[in-house]
Amino acid sequence: MSDATANKRMGKWSRRGLITAGVVAGGALLVGVGIRPGHRAPRLRNLVADGEEALLNVWVKIAPDNRVTAIVPHAEMGQGVHSTLAQMLADELDADWNLVDVQEAPAHEEYANYALGKGFLLGDVDIPRALVDTVDGAFLKLSQAMSLQLTGGSTSVRTTGRHAMRVAGAAGREMLATAAAAAWQVPSAELVLRDSHIAHPPSERNGTYGEFASAAAALVPPAKPRLKTPDEFRLMGTPAPRLDIPAKVDGSALFGIDAQVAGMKVATTRRCPVFGGTVAALDDRQALQVPGVLKVVNLEDAVAVIADGYWHARKGLDALEVEWAMNGLEDIDQVHIFGRFATALDTVEAEDNGTTEVSVGDVEAALAGATRQLTAEYRVPYLAHASMEPMNCTVWLRDGQCDVWTGTQNPLGVRGGVADILELDAEQVHVHNLYLGGTFGRRFVDDYALQAARVAKAMPGVPVKVMWSREEDTRQDRYRPAVTSRFRAGLDAAGQLVAWRNVYVDKHEPAEAPLIPYAVPNRVIKHVSVQTHVPFGVWRSVDHSQHAFFTESFIDELAVAAEQDPYQFRRGLLAAAPRHRKVLDAAAEAADWGAPKPAGMGRGIALHESFGSVVAQVVDARLEAGKVRVERVCCAVDVGFAINPDGVVAQMESGIVYGLSAALYGEIGIERGRVKQSNFHDYPVLRIDEMPVIDTVIVNGGGPLGGAGEPGTPPLAPALANALHDLTGQRIRELPVSKHDWSGHGARAVG
Amino acid sequence: MIDLEVNGAPRQVEAEADMPLLWVLREQLGLTGTKFACGIAQCGACTVHLDGVAVRSCVTPVAAAAGRSVTTIEGLARDGARHPVQQAWIDCQVPQCGYCQSGQIMSAAALLADNQAPTDAEIDAAMRGNICRCGAYSRIRCAIKQAGEATRNV
Repeated sequence: MSDATANKRMGKWSRRGLITAGVVAGGALLVGVGIRPGHRAPRLRNLVADGEEALLNVWVKIAPDNRVTAIVPHAEMGQGVHSTLAQMLADELDADWNLVDVQEAPAHEEYANYALGKGFLLGDVDIPRALVDTVDGAFLKLSQAMSLQLTGGSTSVRTTGRHAMRVAGAAGREMLATAAAAAWQVPSAELVLRDSHIAHPPSERNGTYGEFASAAAALVPPAKPRLKTPDEFRLMGTPAPRLDIPAKVDGSALFGIDAQVAGMKVATTRRCPVFGGTVAALDDRQALQVPGVLKVVNLEDAVAVIADGYWHARKGLDALEVEWAMNGLEDIDQVHIFGRFATALDTVEAEDNGTTEVSVGDVEAALAGATRQLTAEYRVPYLAHASMEPMNCTVWLRDGQCDVWTGTQNPLGVRGGVADILELDAEQVHVHNLYLGGTFGRRFVDDYALQAARVAKAMPGVPVKVMWSREEDTRQDRYRPAVTSRFRAGLDAAGQLVAWRNVYVDKHEPAEAPLIPYAVPNRVIKHVSVQTHVPFGVWRSVDHSQHAFFTESFIDELAVAAEQDPYQFRRGLLAAAPRHRKVLDAAAEAADWGAPKPAGMGRGIALHESFGSVVAQVVDARLEAGKVRVERVCCAVDVGFAINPDGVVAQMESGIVYGLSAALYGEIGIERGRVKQSNFHDYPVLRIDEMPVIDTVIVNGGGPLGGAGEPGTPPLAPALANALHDLTGQRIRELPVSKHDWSGHGARAVG
Repeated sequence: MIDLEVNGAPRQVEAEADMPLLWVLREQLGLTGTKFACGIAQCGACTVHLDGVAVRSCVTPVAAAAGRSVTTIEGLARDGARHPVQQAWIDCQVPQCGYCQSGQIMSAAALLADNQAPTDAEIDAAMRGNICRCGAYSRIRCAIKQAGEATRNV
């Protein structure tokens, strides 16, 4: 661990970033890049009070032993972000991929000072003290930038990667070259930098980056280093193996739930099953008789049992007698919720109110003049995230400070929230963010960590791990909202789409989710808010997951009504959207769209843009003993440029399986105010024997980088529903697919 | 006291007979590679080998393991070399979040111990109890076949 920066050099703000450099003890070059909130990260931008504040920061250390370590502000939750970011850095730096490592930045500027009890958490992490000074400095004050260390919205590669990792790598490379040129008294233009080595061929001199790190650190960093053009990329665009995988095959990767602290106790909790309810009466006599149970805590909205281990805590919890005050919310069923949606939409349509998002042309006149009008109402249910690792958080409060071990997409939010509950300053709370065992948006919300802080507060001085059961995880999620969406559209005599009217309930983000890429001269999109007591959560792709199902199913209905091929119908509306058309074409070609299909096979197509990426999918599905089976998904994706093509393919596969689980089975039902489902037996997800063949085509369109973690999910449900219409003639307007009766359908021969 | 053998070493644990093996492994022996996810044998994340057979440790009472040999993900490598399944998992870049992968690997290793050339249907039957929410199933299938081939060629 080094002392404070001896020699820190600051660069200047460029349009987007700030480059700073310094030396740390031992002679390592440290390059830091701060990013201003950019236009491509609206979710993050909204969290910044001052437009001049730095949003994210990245630190790259080039050590005398020639190892490169990048410290990034993003959590690794399976999306491969640590490796992809490292690839961007290593390419610009011309570093040897085998000498590059990535660590997640701590959610605390004094983390480096904290002696890590047993040192098991992050191994031999050496966070330079320089980090402390600089983040604490005037220009990168993390305490002002509360809650900015987020991972989500498919933004990591698009913002941190493009504006920090590449810039840091390029700046480091230029500084090393300048240092070597000065030492050897040669023009830097004659130097060759590759694989973490610097060569000067005319004089046959060679050195490692590490040899020049210390000298480079004394230089003023370039304000705007030259980034490579794509033809110069050596690592970007290649399927470099992920850095986190070896630890994930031998059990050594540590997830939040794996935190172990000496003297730790384990608690499990039950929150009022009716959202918003509270404890009216609690009888803990039986629970306290359970061997190993140490304490029962009334958290008012929940009860907790602390024991010597999870099994005893769970037994204790089951022995608790709790009476809940539910304030009438226990009378709410799903049917009431959809009834309220219908009433709200009826009112908007009758009174022509609601919030208008898009209004182009004259929809009413166009509808009146249309040869054919089509109307449809679509619905999706609430969905749980069901990540494999149940929510958990370990909190150790003692001596006016607190350590937190968990997996979160928002470590600084956890830090601030825990500090508030424990009445500490944020600086006294140390968050150790471990691997996330799945999240898909769930771990954006810090409810489980805040609950753990409240439990730990009841046992000060003792580390307490709060672990939820799968049942609690399912019933206390933050849910993808249930939504109803209504459409009315008009076709002219030639089968051209002339009017599009869409009204739906419950808007969240991103704002563009209900937009369609198709040219329609007259269109209106409106929404109306209907509050329910079911807590909202961001769920992989957020609003895109429902709107793609609505819009791409309804476009398919229009194609059928116009007696046109669904692919060609879409294609004809994309003359002004060449990027979308190219992706649509690529998916159709991969699926051999026009070719005859096997008997009993239905084929459907869907196209959707989200998070800066465009994805089209063609689904082949059939019925097997009254059950829907997806045989193949052909997926085309344009993320601008795939930094790691295998990573993009993996994220498409992942997004498709996540979307397919939801489309086939996903339904969180509300009965008597509470979630009906509890575990994987009644909230089923796709298993290996149901896995379709997935063929992914990457279209490197060359535009700005788009996200990869989420855009694979939205098109799956409509492509499947469209395939089932193709197969059976039955239009699915309500998910999941499994709630519809397929037994009456013979295998209609098509093709 | 209950005697069992864990990853080749004799261990003594103090636990009620009905405590699931999972909690003994994770909380008493510190072997956190075996994961808790459903608690009712629905997802396979807690899969370990009991005398070489894949079992769900979340519903296996520790008493059922008394006097028997338990292998966890931490004990799968031999003489410092990765098990062929572990190597194939790396070669095929299987894990994403990685949480289910200990269980997947233990199920796959048990399958290949009996059958080094499993058909797709046999892979389905052996692996359908293991859920992966990241959707790595295609890669899991591919890695099992590769590991089988590697094992046959030894």
